[in-house]
Amino acid sequence: MSALIQSQANETFVLNLGPQHPATHGVLRVKLTMDGEYIVEAEPVLGYIHRMHEKMGENRTWAQFLPNTGRMDYLHALAFNHGYVALVERAAGITVPERAEYLRVITTELNRVSSHLLWFGAFILDLGGFSPLLYAFDDREHILDLLESVTGSRLTYCYFRFGGVYNDIDDNFVPGARAFIKRLRERMPMYHNLVTKNIILMKRLQEVGPISAEMCRKYGATGPVCRGSGINFDVRKHEPYSIYPEMDFEVPVYEQGDSMARYMVRMDEIEQSLRIVEQALDKLPEGPVMAEKVPKILKPPKGDYYHAVETARGSFGVRAVSDGGNIPYRLKLRSPTFSNLSLFGEACRGMLLPDALALMGSLDLVIPEIDR
Amino acid sequence: MSDYLKEIISGTWSLFVGLGITIRYFFQPVVTVQYPHQTLPMTPRFRGHTELVPDPESGGPLCIVCGMCEKACPSNCITVRGEKREGVKGKVLTEYTLDFTRCSLCGLCVESCPVTPTKAITFSRDYNLAGVSKEAYIFDLKKRLEAENR
Repeated sequence: MSALIQSQANETFVLNLGPQHPATHGVLRVKLTMDGEYIVEAEPVLGYIHRMHEKMGENRTWAQFLPNTGRMDYLHALAFNHGYVALVERAAGITVPERAEYLRVITTELNRVSSHLLWFGAFILDLGGFSPLLYAFDDREHILDLLESVTGSRLTYCYFRFGGVYNDIDDNFVPGARAFIKRLRERMPMYHNLVTKNIILMKRLQEVGPISAEMCRKYGATGPVCRGSGINFDVRKHEPYSIYPEMDFEVPVYEQGDSMARYMVRMDEIEQSLRIVEQALDKLPEGPVMAEKVPKILKPPKGDYYHAVETARGSFGVRAVSDGGNIPYRLKLRSPTFSNLSLFGEACRGMLLPDALALMGSLDLVIPEIDR
Repeated sequence: MSDYLKEIISGTWSLFVGLGITIRYFFQPVVTVQYPHQTLPMTPRFRGHTELVPDPESGGPLCIVCGMCEKACPSNCITVRGEKREGVKGKVLTEYTLDFTRCSLCGLCVESCPVTPTKAITFSRDYNLAGVSKEAYIFDLKKRLEAENR
């Protein structure tokens, strides 16, 4: 009793969120200093799933690092594949056949849709709604089947190779992809009726967890997080690579900066990705899927190279320094979620704990990609 | 005040709309596969663990023991050994071990195989892998091929 009387009004306590917590979607630990239900300070603690991918890259040949790229962001593995492959092609001066570029864009965008669908399901699950997850997984399953029939695996694809893609698509892929686009377009209004217009979701997300454009710039946030804060930045538009300049698509930008804005950006991006896939399927040229003269033992000339791609979570950049050998001298991976998570500490100050979890879900964290 | 009432009414309505959707899906056919009882066919390109391709005539392995797959593997999980035998051109395969505990199923070994026209290693369709010991996953692919031939 006396302890209660002696306690000061501004007493705080430390709450550990994670490293094993369903809301952190992996082994992320957040040290929260709480004042009752309110967060005074939040400090993400990283390193629980650090696998030193950069160092692994410096210990194996250029081609041997390929499977690693898919293991960083397992939800959008193909974009990570694309970033690394495009970097090495830039370094070694390999020209990729047009059909291969189209296949890369088609599969990457389908993968982006599957990533957003999984995020959608898991995010609503964080907020306490279970059924949308099952509906989203039903749609996602169609994408996984499509990609499995082309790449041979369902999650950690390793489909791109220096100079092209691993193998050509089969006859069922194009009709299958078209049927999927039609199906998802028919299902999107259902998602909006079931989830987006739901009053509980609106109350949980609107004006919750505001992130200003300035904060995004300060922490280097990219992807849907910065686009939800009114910054129009998309690597596909602003530093175009592959065949994206030929595609007609919009970059959804919302000004509000709250969790709802980030939610809407991703939902709109699903539609934009479907548009890209549709156009690419229409224009898909015939021809080889692999460049002819790719040396078996690749030795890019001496130099410092960088290539960035837009993944489902933001801009992924690879920087490689080559000393002319068959092993990279230095490999630096810039992953989007690392920057997106860094702003969490500042953004959630003064928020209620459940609101902070909504904010964390809207950042779309993939922990293996943060730790690499 | 009127906005407040409007929000209550439209908000309540949105909940019923959502319930209507879930009830409609409740009566629609099941989309999941009852796995142990039902299985789906594997796609022809499924990347399982590797296995040796037999020579259609002799039934022995096509492998020429060049060691390209061993070198291409990022996880060093392949061991290939061969020996010279009298009267046979090239080397004869004596051992092909795949340490599946370390394999990441990337397929670089199959790609690197120089044997033409059919590659000497291919992906198996085996996806029902389960075991209780680590040793069960250190596959002796040559023995597997011989067991298949028997």
